[in-house]
Amino acid sequence: MPLLDARQVHGGYGGMNILNGVDMTIEADEIGVIVGPNGAGKSTMLKAIFGQLNVTQGDILLRGEPIHNLPTNRLVELGMGFVPQEHNVFPSLTVKENLEMGAFLKPGNIKRMLAKAYEFFPPLYDKRHQPAGELSGGQRQMVAMGRALMAEPELLLLDEPTAGLSPKYMYEIFDRVKEVNAAGVGILMVEQNAKQALAIADKGFVLAAGQNRFTDSGQALLADPDVAKSFLGG
Amino acid sequence: MNEFVFFINNVLIAGSVTGSIYAIGAVGVTLVFSIMRFAHFAHADMMTFGAFMVLLLATLFPNAGAALGVPTAIVMLPLAMVLTAALAVGIDKAFYKPLRAHGVKPIVMVIGSLGVTLMLQGLIRLFSGTGGQSLYVDDRKEIFRLALPIEGVRVPVVITEPQIYLFVLTLVAVIGLQLFLSRTRLGKAMRAMSDNPDLARASGINTNTIVAVTWVIAGGLAAIAGTLLSMDVTFKPDLSFHLLLPIFAAAIVGGVGHPFGAIAGGFVVGFAETLAVFNWNVLLRPFRDSLPEWLELPNNLAFVGTEYKIVVPFFILVAILVWRPTGIFKGKVI
Amino acid sequence: MTTNDFHHRDDTNSAPQSRFPVRELSLLVVLAIAVSAVFMVMGSAYSTRMLVEASCYAILALGLTIQWGYAGQFNAGVMGFVALGGFCAMTFSVPVNPAFWDSSLPGELARVLAYVVAGIALVFGLSRLTRLGLPSWLRTVITLVVGMVVYMVVISEFREVTDAIESQMGFVGGLGLPVWVGWIVGGALAGGVGYFIGHVCLGLRSDYLAIATLGIAEIIKAFLKNSDWLTRGTATVSPLPWPVPAPGEVGFTLARAMYLSVTAVMILAIFFLLNRAYNAPWGRMIRAIRDNEVSSAAMGKDINRRRLEIFVLGCVLMGIGGAALGSFNSIFDPNGYLPLNHTFLVLVMVILGGPGNNLGTLFGAVAVYIIWIMSEPLALYVMELAAHFGQASFGWEVPSSLESRALQARVFVIGLLITIVLRVAPKGLLPEKVKHHD
Repeated sequence: MPLLDARQVHGGYGGMNILNGVDMTIEADEIGVIVGPNGAGKSTMLKAIFGQLNVTQGDILLRGEPIHNLPTNRLVELGMGFVPQEHNVFPSLTVKENLEMGAFLKPGNIKRMLAKAYEFFPPLYDKRHQPAGELSGGQRQMVAMGRALMAEPELLLLDEPTAGLSPKYMYEIFDRVKEVNAAGVGILMVEQNAKQALAIADKGFVLAAGQNRFTDSGQALLADPDVAKSFLGG
Repeated sequence: MNEFVFFINNVLIAGSVTGSIYAIGAVGVTLVFSIMRFAHFAHADMMTFGAFMVLLLATLFPNAGAALGVPTAIVMLPLAMVLTAALAVGIDKAFYKPLRAHGVKPIVMVIGSLGVTLMLQGLIRLFSGTGGQSLYVDDRKEIFRLALPIEGVRVPVVITEPQIYLFVLTLVAVIGLQLFLSRTRLGKAMRAMSDNPDLARASGINTNTIVAVTWVIAGGLAAIAGTLLSMDVTFKPDLSFHLLLPIFAAAIVGGVGHPFGAIAGGFVVGFAETLAVFNWNVLLRPFRDSLPEWLELPNNLAFVGTEYKIVVPFFILVAILVWRPTGIFKGKVI
Repeated sequence: MTTNDFHHRDDTNSAPQSRFPVRELSLLVVLAIAVSAVFMVMGSAYSTRMLVEASCYAILALGLTIQWGYAGQFNAGVMGFVALGGFCAMTFSVPVNPAFWDSSLPGELARVLAYVVAGIALVFGLSRLTRLGLPSWLRTVITLVVGMVVYMVVISEFREVTDAIESQMGFVGGLGLPVWVGWIVGGALAGGVGYFIGHVCLGLRSDYLAIATLGIAEIIKAFLKNSDWLTRGTATVSPLPWPVPAPGEVGFTLARAMYLSVTAVMILAIFFLLNRAYNAPWGRMIRAIRDNEVSSAAMGKDINRRRLEIFVLGCVLMGIGGAALGSFNSIFDPNGYLPLNHTFLVLVMVILGGPGNNLGTLFGAVAVYIIWIMSEPLALYVMELAAHFGQASFGWEVPSSLESRALQARVFVIGLLITIVLRVAPKGLLPEKVKHHD
């Protein structure tokens, strides 16, 4: 059974449809990457999966259970983590407190998971008593991912984790994503840096105008001249 | 030296009393502001309600305090805090939650809270009448006169029993709040929600719980402030309109959403008020003989008369809004 | 949220604009029946008085509806602007006090005013000291210290003069000018205070405006109440002249009916001008700002300037309405200005009638005022009934303050009404009709 199975998802804001039938399947050990032009509905799809959008048609299943239109805290309980693109840390809370908030529903795990989070993101350990608002963009992204991992999700949704970061940090974040995935967490992320992201993807989804344009393995998409021409800038 | 003692009584002690009351009130306002993002106008009436509950309970069991050796009103305070907290949660369920669910603008919540203010005022006056009443139903207010061991000082430092309770409880409340917000899971979640409600929800924090906890704290603190103020003077049902402005001024001075800023703001406003109505001529009196002939000091050297006390918090409010709308500390811009 | 709102609006507007106004007409009929019922039960003198007061409140409500309904600004201090209007109506219309003008005190007062001007000029000059090369911290210290000393000197002089006025001749008296002069100045003064408040608050969160207006209203009341030399304070000033023949000359009903015709003409004029402004580019701009600040800012509209205009305009109307109300009551009593009667009652009129809809606001004003006036005898009657019942069945000892307590029930009802309307009919009985694509 796939970890995430989305079929023909339609939805949008206030009666305006942005998604016009998107299909997406991720297995438990896979990294899925969503790419596509601006306004294709990439982030909207992520929000639809995380219950922040009214899904009007279609099904979203997590391990075979329908989850669309469930309240957010229920989705977290079911094993989903979400890292928004912006405003993804609590600026006045310290790094440690930010991480603790991730484990809000599982307070018994805090010690163990904190150790694990510092292991994944060593720079955070030194800054654990500093307010997260004072960190650099890359470190903030680590706090955000660490926070989401604290709840031990099975599926982690990342919305443009490398937006606005320097290439050095971008590769660092992608390395972490691979490590997290190797530790047994399914990943679905939206990316603007399409080539680099598809390079680490087991599955790639190219969206345009709220529909799947191409769906294949990351390597196959990179090799496909049509994809390269229209979506990867030649 | 007598003039100096006079200064202690009329500025230091009086300012600390007013400041403590404003501080406790402003903390509640600022917490509600940071979690629900609106100025809660009914807060001062929650204070009145808390004091009224103490009055009711003290009238029902006038001898409860004598057995423990403390004023009956203090014995009844914890119960009144629980009742006021319950009232706050109930008001939220009945009136604010439906508005929030509609996603109305914050200013509509403000109007809703004004409606709640009127309802509370109406109810309290309906049951208590409009006159003032003492919270010391069956016991006497202790007044301590401390004579200073200095030659020639005839005036004692005067402090009353409720004032001492006020200082102690303010300290306890501040320390308790600090521990709650920095050490406990719910306290941290509250700060998280004030930082970023969407992310708090995405972290699995149940925002309804946080809202309820906020109301419990705000209600409990309101009961403390209202009761101690009424013990220090008298219980009056129309207390609230005169408290609203200084409390909001204190919250904004401290930076909205900043509990410790609100406490500092409360003392700033409280001391500014007492300093402004203090007659400075008293302090200059000993030097009168050494002043030059042409400088004839008028008898009244207060900045504003007591009847214009309300101008002081307003002036502070306007000044802070003009020069530093985020407050004297690095407040959040909510 | 904004997108939702937008679509909601679209839905309501899909109905044809030129539909037969069933709702307006039926509400009007209900109102007419209510008014005639009051005429029959309470007599014509009482009822015309009620209608005049309702019409004055309608002017206040129109002032609030443009602030809240057109522009989304919430003024929680209507009372203050009403009191300012009433004060001007009093000061300009009551007879001159010759004893005061013949004494040396006007000169003394003028001297103090000259001190005030000189003091302000001095402090202002000091605040510019940085131009002479002074460091700014030193400038601030000097300005503050000198400012405090100047303030002390001026205020002591001022207290001396006002004390002398109070002890020698009561108060300064009026100016003996025609009534309408006071009404116009009242509007202007209220607008001036509104300008000051708006200037400070309108760029900030909307809550701050509510807090500040609440404060200024209390301050205005405190000032009018304690400045005995100017207003006689709690001793009150009466009678105030009317712009039409007084009841003593032509009888209560006729005099009040003539007063009513004056206020009615004023309402018609205001109504006409507001409707034109609402549909003019200026009104569209105001609503664009209310509905979507971000995009109107992007279009390069000077948001704060427009907001200030609308806020001041609303305050002017409140000042004029307050002046008309003050003259009609024929007594100036600062203690009679209550937040409940002069702020929250007006608020209920607006949100019940339909914020942003002038006709709805007018309807709300008259309807709510009738309910308000009638609720007083009703509340007393209900209380008496309860007391009777209580006494008869379980020997309840009726508190002596029954009457004042019964009136408190009205406070509760107004509060309940506000919360219910916000929840059930947030757009009022006659919602604002927003036209698109016209």
